[in-house]
Amino acid sequence: MNFGFKKVANYRRHRFAAPVLIVVALISLGTTFSVASALTGGAHMDGAEQTTLVQEGKEIFARGCSSCHGINAEGGGIAPALVGVGAASVDFQVGTGRMPMADMSQQAMRKRPVYNPEQTAALAAYVASLAPGPAAVNDAQLTYERDGNTAQGGELFRTNCAMCHNFAGQGGALTQGKYAPTLMGVEPKHIYEALITGPQSMPVFSDKVITPQEKLSIIKWLKAAESEPNLGGASLGRVGPVTEGLLVWTLGLGILIGIAVWLTIKAR
Amino acid sequence: MSNEISKFSDPGLPDHVHRKTDIDPKAEKRAEQQVAILFVLSALCTVLTIYSYLFIKTDTFVFLPIMGDTNAHQLFLGIGLAGSLLFIGFGAVHWAKQLMPDTEVVALRHEMRSEDVDREDFVQTVKERAGTAGLGRRSLIKRSLGLAVGVIGLTPLVMLRDLGPLPKKQLNTTSWSKGTRLVTDPGNKPIHVNDLEVGAVAQVLPELPAGTERTLENIGTDAVLLIRLRPEDFQLDSERLSWTHEGIIAFSKICSHMGCAVALYEQQTKHLLCPCHQSTFDVTRAAKVIFGPAARPLPQLAITVDNQGYLVAQQGFTEPIGPSFWERSS
Amino acid sequence: MKTSEKIAGTVANYVDERTGAAKWLKKNLTKVFPDHWSFMLGEICLYSFIILLLSGTFLTFWFDPSQREVVYNGSYAPLSNLTMSASYASTLHISFDVRGGLLMRQIHHWAALIFMAGIIAHLLRVFFTGAFRKPREFNWLIGVGLVTLGIVEGFLGYSLPDDLLSGTGIRIAEAILQAIPVVGSYLAFFAFGGAFPGHVFIPRIYTVHVLLLPGIFLALITVHLMLVWYQKHTQYPGPGRTEKNVVGYPLMPVYMAKAGGFFFIVFGVTAFLGAVASINPIWLYGPYTPGQISAGSQPDFYMGWLDGLVRMAPPIETHAFGHTISWNILLPGLIIPGILFTGMALYPFIESWITGDKQEHHLLDRPRNVPNRTALGAMSLAFMLIILVNGGNDIIATHFHLTINQIMWFTRIGVIVIPPIVFVITKRLCLSLQRADREIVLHGKETGRLVMLPHGEFVEVHQELTPAQKFTLTQHSQPEPLAIPDTDAGGVRNPAGIKGKIRARMSQANAEQINTPSEAEVKAIDGGHH
Repeated sequence: MNFGFKKVANYRRHRFAAPVLIVVALISLGTTFSVASALTGGAHMDGAEQTTLVQEGKEIFARGCSSCHGINAEGGGIAPALVGVGAASVDFQVGTGRMPMADMSQQAMRKRPVYNPEQTAALAAYVASLAPGPAAVNDAQLTYERDGNTAQGGELFRTNCAMCHNFAGQGGALTQGKYAPTLMGVEPKHIYEALITGPQSMPVFSDKVITPQEKLSIIKWLKAAESEPNLGGASLGRVGPVTEGLLVWTLGLGILIGIAVWLTIKAR
Repeated sequence: MSNEISKFSDPGLPDHVHRKTDIDPKAEKRAEQQVAILFVLSALCTVLTIYSYLFIKTDTFVFLPIMGDTNAHQLFLGIGLAGSLLFIGFGAVHWAKQLMPDTEVVALRHEMRSEDVDREDFVQTVKERAGTAGLGRRSLIKRSLGLAVGVIGLTPLVMLRDLGPLPKKQLNTTSWSKGTRLVTDPGNKPIHVNDLEVGAVAQVLPELPAGTERTLENIGTDAVLLIRLRPEDFQLDSERLSWTHEGIIAFSKICSHMGCAVALYEQQTKHLLCPCHQSTFDVTRAAKVIFGPAARPLPQLAITVDNQGYLVAQQGFTEPIGPSFWERSS
Repeated sequence: MKTSEKIAGTVANYVDERTGAAKWLKKNLTKVFPDHWSFMLGEICLYSFIILLLSGTFLTFWFDPSQREVVYNGSYAPLSNLTMSASYASTLHISFDVRGGLLMRQIHHWAALIFMAGIIAHLLRVFFTGAFRKPREFNWLIGVGLVTLGIVEGFLGYSLPDDLLSGTGIRIAEAILQAIPVVGSYLAFFAFGGAFPGHVFIPRIYTVHVLLLPGIFLALITVHLMLVWYQKHTQYPGPGRTEKNVVGYPLMPVYMAKAGGFFFIVFGVTAFLGAVASINPIWLYGPYTPGQISAGSQPDFYMGWLDGLVRMAPPIETHAFGHTISWNILLPGLIIPGILFTGMALYPFIESWITGDKQEHHLLDRPRNVPNRTALGAMSLAFMLIILVNGGNDIIATHFHLTINQIMWFTRIGVIVIPPIVFVITKRLCLSLQRADREIVLHGKETGRLVMLPHGEFVEVHQELTPAQKFTLTQHSQPEPLAIPDTDAGGVRNPAGIKGKIRARMSQANAEQINTPSEAEVKAIDGGHH
């Protein structure tokens, strides 16, 4: 390669040669990997003779889920059976990226979804075809702006949800390393689906116990809490006195002691 | 061991080092101006404070990095107030450091102890005058005074009696009794046995007679958590099993440790966690304590269904709910 | 004479003719105060107290301490039409419908936290420098009283709004009351006017919080300051400073300007925090009801250690003869704190008993020169920090991907195992530092400069310390341990017995030190040194 007045090869003994080469190698490797996985991760929509959504879902399931959940979704060592969990469970778990599970730790974490919405719908259709279960919800059905009541939602949230997810939906600790995740930035349909399917440690909130209208109120309250600016200043995480105490010892007392040192140092 | 004689001697206060403002009149003038600027800044901040209070609407928001959307009224009012105070402080301190004399001054301490002659006089005075009062000799007076002063202290204690009623049996009673229907909290809807799926929970309260208002004291004793498991999940003796219905089990929601609401149910492990002190209860074994400082399981409420299928209590609680107390026998 | 001088003169004359103040003022305006940043920690507390009084008074103009139920119709929409207590509703009103209300609420709460943090920092400074020794034991006792009352006052203060978080704290306080043997249920019913939560508790603690305790604080703080004033402030050892003098700056004008300025600075920093950092957002917590709870419920930090202690308590209750004693509540809630605070209060007397020291002390100790005391302080601090960590175990677990069970077990075992280890390490550290001091007094500071001698040897140049530095490092007294013989010269056994033996043993351990070098020793070395 010729860069004009000096060949690249003349730089081979430059002291930055090695680091630059390593960076170039890493970038190439990474790019190759992501391109390759993007290519293989995409469904073979075009190369397939399958027509129905269910068939498609079955294919994706066989490739990405059956190793843990069993080829007929009958369950395996660590993964539960999916017969009867309904499209709602799949839409929630796959749509929030929890499934496929990244590492077999205490619980599935919300992360960037591996499957796109079409693939998720296919999986949901397949699992729904195995046995009746709660149907998936879409955001258009969730008329929480019109039918929900924010104040009522707050009351319901504090009685039914805050003990795990904290008063502001920031999440909280469960036993043995499990946790109730933060509810900030969760799509309304995923909130609804979690309420009706009770994923992992979360219990089920039946429609007769918390009616659909009440569920819409909870969603409306959560969205209001999410968009509510911090009315007193920086929020310190909305987790209560622990962070407030940390701030007072670092910023508060720290600044004051710093000023006291300045105050008592002899002027030059 | 070093003794007093060969210890290092005190070289005395170090020589005073003059500040630039002591030597250089230009530096002094500059310092004076700096102090003045600080005080003027304070005044300007006061203007900002008053302006913010009167003219920035309370629903104005401004976006800031890190802090996000922030209430402008609150922010500028506060920063104005903070600035008006801080600059007076900085000005005063800068003035002291740069312009006021900074030669160290020495003052002598005096022993705290009074002079011997004063102490003797004091003792003499007290002795003489106590003698004239005669406390030492007049034992009748001494004893009767002791009696009067001793018992008068009881009056304020007795006068506090009406602070509250005697507990009597109140710590043992709740609103639950045979046939009381379980209703949702909030909402007061009765719960049918088919309303709960396996893995579902419900926050419940007792249905109160028509016209009765539910008080916070009621909630503090009556709150119950309803959980549905599969019947085969239970590891209960036959009596406790008979208190459940088709896999539905009910516990007092008031923690047996210190009274917080225990409503955190982990569906997969079937454990209840109290967020206050992390007491963990095993639902399959009648809320037996498996971790944490609680010493007793949560009291179980015996439930069944009425002839329409709605969940009702078979009886009230068989033990006091909530934290322990002296009169609790178990 | 200028007009201002004339007016000042008239005023001064007027006051003096009625009070004789000129004599007292003349003496005290020239009072000398030593200058060190660590002496300003107590000032942080004092000024925070004044800020609390000012901001608190503002709040009382709008706060309604009643627990009667009202329906909310203020400007915070997510709570509209909900039923809540008037105290909660009025706090919402202050936060959203009174201009400057939220700012004042936040300043008040931040000032309370700074007050408590300042007290702890000040307490540690006084402890580690031995400022509690004669003649300042009374002031130490007042200080322990102030920190205890401060914890109560803060707890009552943040419980006034009757929100979900603080109401949970009150529920727990009621459980502690109720658990007291024999009288517990009566005390609880008397305090709450009946069953929990009742509707008289908030109005009652309001009176305690705004009238009773501030009054007691004012009295205690006044005596605390008067003692400092009269006994004169302590000072760090150094050249020119002795037990019989005080070196510093005069009240007028330097100290007035610096201390007065610092008041404005503390107020300003508190106001700044109140402006930019949200604290106690009660509108997010919701009104208190016993049927609700939030994950991650904690008290304010100055009670976090108590919460941690309660969390780690073994689940022990005894049931006998129809009665229950809840050791799992009484031990961490009353007994251990009682022991801690009593020990803290008695410490000056315990230390003087061990050392047999009856002298007045106005020069402070460098912590390394009193290894036992410093190690004891470090050990106590380690204990408090470990239980404090357990108080936040759920927040720590979620943020650092640990489990509450792990943290609980770590702190349960750690609280017994770690403090003694900290004691030993700290004591050894202090003795090492003493050794290091001895070294540089004897041999001077290593400069890192190498010099070649004519005969070829390389030596490092050592810089001898200045006389001031040598003095500072060696001026402290190093008393011998108490000699408490079993029998005296005549063969009579010491009636002090076991107590005497313990005292002798502790005195011996306490007196372990590295001897400071004397002038003679340095001269001896100097002879053979470069």
